[in-house]
Order: sequence, then C-alpha cells, then structure tokens
Amino acid sequence: MAKLWIFVTLVSLLPFLGSSFSSENPTDRRILVLLDDFAIKSSHSIFFKSLQTRGFELDFKLADDPKLSLQRYGQYLYDGLILFSPTIERFGGSVDLAAVLDFVDSGHDLIVAADASASDLIRDIATECGVEFDEDPAAMVIDHTSYAVSKTEGDHTLIASDGFIQSDVILGSKIIEVPVLFQGVGHTLNPTNNLVLKVLAASPSAYSVNPKSKLSTPPSLTGSAISLVSVVQARNNARILISGSLALFSNQLFRSGVEKAGSSTKFEKSGNEQFVTELSKWVFHERGHLKAVNVRHNKVGETGEPAIYRINDDLEYSVEIYEWSGTSWVPYIADDVQVQFYMMSPYVLKTLSTDQKGRYFTSFKVPDVYGVFQFKVEYQRLGYTSLSLSKQIPVRPFKHNEYERFITTAFPYYGSSFSMMAGFFIFTITYLYNK
Amino acid sequence: MEVSENGKGSSLRFAFGNVLSFFILLLIGVLAFSIRLFSVIKYESVIHEFDPYFNYRVTQFLTKKGIYEFWNWFDDRTWYPLGRVIGGTVYPGLTLTAGSIWWLLNSLNIPLTVETVCVFTAPIFSANAAWATYLLTKEVKGTGAGLAAAALLSMVPSYISRSVAGSYDNEAVAIFALIFTFYLYVKTLNTGSLFYATLNALSYFYMVCSWGGYTFIINLIPMHVLLCIVTGRYSARLYIAYAPLIVLGTLLASLVPVVGFNAVMTSEHFASFLVFIIIHVVAFVYYIKGLLSPKMFKVAVALVLSVGMVVCCAMVAVLVALVASSPTMGWSGRSLSLLDPTYASKYIPIIASVSEHQPPTWPSYFMDINVLAFLVPAGIIACFLPLSDASSFVVLYIVTSVYFSGVMVRLMLVLAPAACILSGIALSEAFDVLTRSVKFQLPGVSGNSQSGAGDTTSTIAVTQSEVVKTEKQPPTDKTEDTVKERTSRKNKKKEKEKEKEHVEKASLKSQMQKRLLVLPLEASIISILLLVLLGAFYVVHCVWAAAEAYSAPSIVLTSYSHDGLHVFDDFREAYAWLSHNTEVDDKVASWWDYGYQTTAMANRTVIVDNNTWNNTHIATVGTAMSSPEKAAWEIFNSLDVKYVLVVFGGLVGYPSDDINKFLWMVRIGGGVFPHIKEPDYLRDGQYRIDSQATSTMLNCLMYKLSYYRFVETDGKGFDKVRGTEIGKKYFKLNYFEEVFTTHHWMVRIYKLKPPKNRIKGKAKKSKSSSKGSMTTSLKRSARRKRNPWH
Repeated sequence: MAKLWIFVTLVSLLPFLGSSFSSENPTDRRILVLLDDFAIKSSHSIFFKSLQTRGFELDFKLADDPKLSLQRYGQYLYDGLILFSPTIERFGGSVDLAAVLDFVDSGHDLIVAADASASDLIRDIATECGVEFDEDPAAMVIDHTSYAVSKTEGDHTLIASDGFIQSDVILGSKIIEVPVLFQGVGHTLNPTNNLVLKVLAASPSAYSVNPKSKLSTPPSLTGSAISLVSVVQARNNARILISGSLALFSNQLFRSGVEKAGSSTKFEKSGNEQFVTELSKWVFHERGHLKAVNVRHNKVGETGEPAIYRINDDLEYSVEIYEWSGTSWVPYIADDVQVQFYMMSPYVLKTLSTDQKGRYFTSFKVPDVYGVFQFKVEYQRLGYTSLSLSKQIPVRPFKHNEYERFITTAFPYYGSSFSMMAGFFIFTITYLYNK
Repeated sequence: MEVSENGKGSSLRFAFGNVLSFFILLLIGVLAFSIRLFSVIKYESVIHEFDPYFNYRVTQFLTKKGIYEFWNWFDDRTWYPLGRVIGGTVYPGLTLTAGSIWWLLNSLNIPLTVETVCVFTAPIFSANAAWATYLLTKEVKGTGAGLAAAALLSMVPSYISRSVAGSYDNEAVAIFALIFTFYLYVKTLNTGSLFYATLNALSYFYMVCSWGGYTFIINLIPMHVLLCIVTGRYSARLYIAYAPLIVLGTLLASLVPVVGFNAVMTSEHFASFLVFIIIHVVAFVYYIKGLLSPKMFKVAVALVLSVGMVVCCAMVAVLVALVASSPTMGWSGRSLSLLDPTYASKYIPIIASVSEHQPPTWPSYFMDINVLAFLVPAGIIACFLPLSDASSFVVLYIVTSVYFSGVMVRLMLVLAPAACILSGIALSEAFDVLTRSVKFQLPGVSGNSQSGAGDTTSTIAVTQSEVVKTEKQPPTDKTEDTVKERTSRKNKKKEKEKEKEHVEKASLKSQMQKRLLVLPLEASIISILLLVLLGAFYVVHCVWAAAEAYSAPSIVLTSYSHDGLHVFDDFREAYAWLSHNTEVDDKVASWWDYGYQTTAMANRTVIVDNNTWNNTHIATVGTAMSSPEKAAWEIFNSLDVKYVLVVFGGLVGYPSDDINKFLWMVRIGGGVFPHIKEPDYLRDGQYRIDSQATSTMLNCLMYKLSYYRFVETDGKGFDKVRGTEIGKKYFKLNYFEEVFTTHHWMVRIYKLKPPKNRIKGKAKKSKSSSKGSMTTSLKRSARRKRNPWH
C-alpha cells in the first residue's frame, strides 16, 4: 500500500520533475536572464519579482559572462531566455547568434529588449525573427501628439501608447485601460510575415529619427507602421517577445504616473506592469497553448477505428482539445473548429460541435470518391498555438459482392435473357425431334 | 516384296518415330527452360526490371490474401493520393498462374518462396510455348515442320528477351497462350470439332486474362475467316471454328475485370462482330443453296444479297455512329499508335516516351530473329504449296505481325513465333526435298536417307511426318462434312495422292515423277550442309543473345574494365536505405519508371508508377522536376511527399538516367501545365547541360538534384554520360537536403526541408556598411558600458 502511495506520488510529480518545455507541461520553468549590468536586476526588480512569484526560476548572468552556455551535453539548461542586454556586441561563453536561434528553433521562448542604439547582435536576433529595427542606430520613436506629459518639456521620446492588439489571449481578458509608457527604438514588420504580430503599435503621428540631430530628410519609419512591441510565434510554437525599449520593463516606468498629451485624465500608475505581466504570461505559455489529443474516427455504430473506409460509409470523427491554463489543462471551448476530409482538396468541410468538455465531434458521409484521404484539422487563431492534425485514411471502392444484386431497372434484361434461353431450348427440341 | 517389308518397317518406324519425337520435344522443353537460366547463373535469382516487380508484389498479395482479396484490392501505396484499384486494372493471368503454381507446390510440401516461383515462371512457360508451337505447326505442315519450329522457338532471341528467368512479365505466359489459341483455332478448323472450339474459347479467355495483346487474336482470326470466305473456302468447319469463339470468347473476356465492357464497346473488337455477321450471312446463303434448285437459288441470291447489303449498311452506319460518338473514336491510344505509327509521338508523349513503343531499327530484326528473317519468305512459299486453311492462317499471321513489329519494338515478340513457324516449315520442306533427292540418287539405299544427311533429327522427323500424316488423315476426312467442302477438299485429295505415292513406292510411274524433281546429288549435299551451318549460326547467336544481351536483370549492373568486373548494386542499396530509414507512410516521389520498384522493394508509397493510367498525375511530377526549386517544393509538399529519388548516371556512365529522360518529363509536364515549355530547356534546339545550357535548365530541380555536389567527385564536374563538364557546378539547395547517395551515385535521395521555423526579416541592406560601422559601434558600446542607464 505504501509502495503504491509512493508510486502515485512519484507519478503525479513526474510532470514537475521533467520541467522542460514539453507538450505535457508547456510553461517554462528555468529562465536565463542576460544583463548588460547587474544594476538592471534591481532597476527592473518588479518585473523579475512577478516572474518569480509565478514560479519561475530566474538565473541572472552578465551577457558577457565567459562561462555562459545554454546547453550541456545536448540538453538545454533553460526553458526561456530573457535578453536585457541591448548593447552587448558578443555574448560570453558558447552563446552566439546561432545558439540563440537554435534555442528558439528547439521550441524555447525568448524575450528581447532592445533600446536606442542597440547592438548589431540584438538587431540581428530581431531580424532573424522577422523584426527590423530602425537602421539608424541613434534613432528613437518620437510622437508629438501622444507623448507622456512630464514636468520637463522633453523631446517627446517618452510615448504613452495605447495601440494594443485586440486579443484576449495575448493581453489577458482584463482590458488595459492605462496607456503604456515606451521609450526606445521602433521597428517594422514585414506585412507578408504571418508569424509576427504587432502587440503595441505606435500612433499615426509617430516617427523614428535621431532626436539629437536635425531632421533633414523625411524619416524612414513613420506612423502606425512602427511597432513598439511585437511578438512572434514560430512554427514550432516557440514564442518570442521583442520590445524596442528596455525601459518598458523598468520599475521606474512601472511606477510612474501617466498623462497622455491632449488628454485630461491623469493616471496614478502606468499600464506597463499589467501589459508586461500579461504579455510575459503569453510568452511563457501560461496562456493560449492548445493541445489536441484522442483523435478518433469510426463508422457510425461501431467503436473500433477501421484501417480503411468504403465510399459512402457514414463515419464519426472526434478530437479533444485542451488549453493550458498555466497549471493544468482545461477544456478549450470554441465553435469554430473545423475538420476537413481531404484528398488534394477538401471533399468534406465540417464545423465540429463541442460538448463543452473539450471534446469536438461530428459525423459525415464519406464522399463517393476513393483514394487516400486525410482527416485534417488546421486550427490557427490569433494568439493560440496552431493546431495542425492530419490522419491518413484510405477509402476503397465497393467490393465485387457489395453491389446491388438485382436491379429493378434491369428486369427487362433478365426477362429477355431468360426468355431467350427458354426459346432456344424449345427450338432445339422441336428442331431435333420433330421430323 | 518391297511393299510388305515397307509396311512392317514403316509401322515399326512410326512407333520409333513417335517415341523419338516425344523425346525431341522433351529436349526442346529442357532447352527452352535452360537457355533462360543464364540470368540466374550469371547474376542471381532475382526479379528483373520494372513491371516484373509489380507482378511480383501482386503475386505476393495473392498468395497471402487469397483470390477474393486480390480481386478487390485497392492499393493505397501507389498513385498517392488517388490510389489504384489493382484488382480491376491488372491482367490477372500471370499472377494467377504463378500463384497457382506456388499453391500447388506448397500443397505438395515443396516449400518454394513466391519469388522463386515468379522467377521461374517465364522459363517454364517458354517450354510450354515451344510445345504449343509444335502443335500449331504440326497442324499446318506436319510433325517435321512442327519439331523444327518448336526447336527454333525455344531459343529465338526475341522471345528470350522477354522470358529469361526473373523476367516475370505478362508476355511470358501470353505468348504461350497466343500460340496455343492459334493452335486450337487451326485444330478446330482442320477437324471441325466443337470440343476444340470450346477449348479454343477457354484458351482465348486465358489469353485475355494474361495480356492486352489479346486484341491481336480477336482481330487476326476474323481477318482469316474473312479471307477464307472471300477466297471461297467457307466450310462448316470454319463456322464452328469461328462462331463459338466469338460468342463464348466475348462472354468470357467480359468476365475479366480489366476488360469488362470493353469487350463489346471498343473498336478493337468491332471487326470480330462484323465478321460474325458476315459469316452468318454466308452460312445462310449456303444453307439456302442446299435447299433450293439452282434456278431458284439465283433468284434467292439476288434477294438475299440485296437484303444483306441493306443490313450490312445499317450495321456499318450504326458502327460508324457509335465510333464517332466516343472522343478517341473508340480507339485507345496504344491501338491508334499501331494503326498510325506517328500517332503516339504526335499526341501522347507518355506512350512515345517508352523506348519499347518506338519503331524498331533494321539491326534489331537481325538481333531478335536472326536467320529466321531469311527463312520466312521460303516458309511463305512453302505454305502456298499447297495452300490450305491452316497454312493461309499462318501466312496471314506472319504478314500482320511483320507490320505490327514495324510499328513497335515490343510487338517483335508477336512476330517471333510466326517467324519460327514459317522458318520451321521452310527448313523442314527444304530438308524434305534435299534428302529425297539424295535418297533417290543413292542406289540401293531406300530407307536410310539420313545416312547422306548430316542432320539426323530433322530428316527423321521430316520423313516420318509425311507418313504420320497419311496414317492420320483418312479418319479425320470421314468425319468431315462432305457436302460443303469444295476447294479444301480438292486440296486434301491432292495431298492424299501425294501421300499415296509415298506409301506405294512400288508405283514406278510416280517414282519416275519423283526422279524428275530431284536435284543433283552434290548440290543437295552441299545445300544440306549449308542449311545445317545456318542452323548452327542461329544456335550460336541465340546462346550468345541469351547469355550476354538479354540476361541482365537491370537492377544489378555489371561492367568489365581493365581491373576486372564491377558490380553496380546501387538500386537495391537505395531501396534498402528507404525501407530502413524512413517512416512506413512516407511518400517518395520519383519519375514513374521507378514507381513499381519503390513500392515492391522499399515498400514506400509512391506518387506515380509504371502503370501510367493518370497522365495528369505524371505531368504533375514532371512539372515539379522541371520547375525551379521553390515551385517544385510546393508541388511536392502539396502531395505530402517526404523524399525525392533521382537516378543519376553521370559518375559511372549509366546512360538511362533521369537527365536523359528529362526532356520527356518536360514534354509530359508541359502537355498538361503549359507554363513548362520545351524550348526553355533547349539551347538552339539542342539538349545540353554544359555551360551553354539555358538558365531554366540549370535551375530546374532535376538538374540540381542530379548534380548537387557533383563537382566534389572529380573537381571538374565531368559527366560521363553526356561527355561534358556540367554547366553549373557550385550551388546550394534551399528547399531540399541530400539524405542518401548510393555508392556509385546512381541513386540520390533527397528530403524536403520542413518550412522555416521563423520567417526572417529583410537582410541588412549592405553588409559592408554594417561591418564598417563595427568599430564605431564598438566604441559606442564601450562608452555606454560605463553608463548603461542614463
């Protein structure tokens, strides 16, 4: 009994033991934070504290620490990486641009904070992820209409932005009412790139130039084409947050009040904390991570999964979809999950109905076409990890003994052949014996 | 005195002759079997080439799952994602034959593998074909000709090329079925027996099961029947030989799933139905003629003819309407290319692309039927002395098959038996005449004619055949209907007279006649020697062809060079790699030539294979191969392809590789997808892959997959097949990665790269400027380091 008890405990602990990024437990646990300077650890402590209270183990290192390494013996030591080192030209140890990208490509998450005059390395990482910072290294985003009002009349580089993305998944269900303070470099996204999303957009009046120099030529980046904060969800569902401002995460901006230019309301506390916290929840897979399990299909009235269907069979298809809540898998509820019965093009496209407990199901008739079909679920929604299921199933034509035996319309033919036979028989007898 | 002695001696000689001819036939069978074993001895007991692998796979399925499963087999591993209904699209004759042999052997506790049975099916059936040839020729010209023809057929190179051990293809059994059907037809024609007519229909059914070439039978026999009718040789025997064959044969043929309603709906079969009507009209005329007085008959003829013409016109009109209503005029592409040799190359690249569908060259006639080509005319002349129904059939057979063989190399196979039969007749007649003249001029030697001749077997056979014929002919004559034979009966009488001369040698008058026909002794002996020499050359050529030319299994290649024998086993290496290193459900794309082998040997799903039933699908693969990398990746990805297999001969000089087939891919692809244009791949009408090649050519997928890293082999990228250095030597693959290349680079397998995990932003505008600003930015960062947070 005791043994069993231990066993059960162990099994229940297993997900926590194997704490790396996995389909069972997608939330990251161990996070490496690379800093330019340990001063950032204290100046951004609220952000780090919020992560730690949510259960993350943060490992702070200087970005040029010579003993730096992301993996040992082929195993990654961390599940997430935060780069708060906008000026670093070369990481210490074995970490370099390729290592960071490999880290992402093996399914781990990344937060990159750049700043005005960010280093080429940080820019290269961003470019590899599909985000292009303003090429002028000294450029900052300036907005003369939606800047944050401060006591000293500055150069309007501290922007109070509320151009949030409309997504409950990414920014949480609670609406962020207070503008977010941003001071840093802007970036653009390639409009054809469907993996990257603009989370915080600049206002139409913003532009990106070097505030210290005189504006001689028109700025290359203007208006709402400028993105201040972007997220990327790679095809392997690794998530990346790229911010043009390190200060966005700082205690100073977390705490400071905000008054947007031209607006009379003054908020006691900026929206930064809520914005950054919610965004980090999304980046570290505490929200918007779906999994599909138990894909089943069978003939109506049967339970086993057949190896092959026949044309015009009636079949049932079901799949269970769950969402990770940060601690456990909860049923995912939506009314727009569709299944395709696909052979080069979808022959059947049906919306699945749900039982509100995560199970999605439907039934349909196999089309009158044989071939190798697939059950395909391609579910891609803003902010959610993409679900792409396909299950191959051949569909065969009728067997020789599955056709209708006697066809009513063919009775004249049966009649004619039998009458022919009878006539021939009678004719033979008369011909041979009637002399 | 001479008569009695001769009578006794002859009966003893018949018995001896029968036993002898039995043993000769047995030896011919052994010869036919063993001459085809070179491939097993020189290489190994494997299935050859492409189609045999499919047949082998089907046979395996049959032996494992049984006949009903086979009939209903829907194969989801070929033609992905369309699949193929194997049971309904395959000629099951070969498979069922080999399956039955395997089953029989296993039930006798002889545990042979399916592969072994398949390998040896073709040699076994070539022995059967030799015996069937004997039977057919015997029906036409007697035992001697039969034995000679059987001996010739047992080693004719054309047939060997399709029936060496391991060449497990439809033709292997179909040629036997073809000859046997013809034998039964001629037998029925000679005897008028309904029993043989029924057997004939069954044999025809077996032929329909075995090979699409059955349309040759169903057109040749009506042609012969028509010929007989036109030349006034109509008889009840002809009717019995023809009518049951059409009725039963068509019913049986439509039972074969792959033929089905085609047996009554395609133009290939219309000739037989037309002749079926004509023979009934003719039969009716003869019937009326027997009933009526000559005067009344004349009136009736006018009536029947006019009515018959009307009916015929109506039928023709209906036929024309039927044919015109179908899009290809009711003819399938392959048949159209038979009638109009330029049809296929003009309209159907997929048919023209197969080398065996090309017209043959003159040397290939000499290669494939050798001296028979010279003997055939003599055989045709012999068939006219005298002309019987049977010999006219053989003449018609050779004439049509010569035409068809001129259209397609593959149909040389149909010519070979006809050439053997006629050559056998020619040889036997020649020996007959020559040995007779020797015999008559050697005083005191009456029976032992063979002493003068070198070739003992033939002469015995020849003399004996004449005698056997005289023995057998009278009873069969009695059974025949005496009323309705006119011309053929006359022939028979003539023959009988001749035979009587033979038997009653006492008749001085006839002896005198014979003496007048004889040739000079020296000339005869020299001629015999020359004929024997000719035969010896034929044997030498056949053995050479069997040993050297036609026994290579084409999946294992060999080459001799100064440092000995090289074996290229790359194909099996590649297929083994696929079967061991890829997932069971992975799809492999290659040009269709390798489809059957990939499914059979690697057990992986293929997109297209050698059963070229869906031109669009093949064109899709052809388009992908002729597209640039990115477009090709998209096409393959949409077909769920994981691996792409190309065959490349440039390193070792293997000429039938994909680069040499590439223009066909372009043509077939361009036939369906017009953005692929053949001139884009040709420089001034020339197909080249060197530095003069067009950029479309140098950037297409086939070029890239064939020559990827090729320059690393010798530093220059010299292609041994094309005999030139390749045009583009250093390039990278962005959408494919090389996963396996065989030892001699003959098969190269690539994997489709998955889509990029991230989408990159625009690359830096200019790398040099960023490098140039490196120092300044370094300085800046150093400055910043001191005060990172202002």
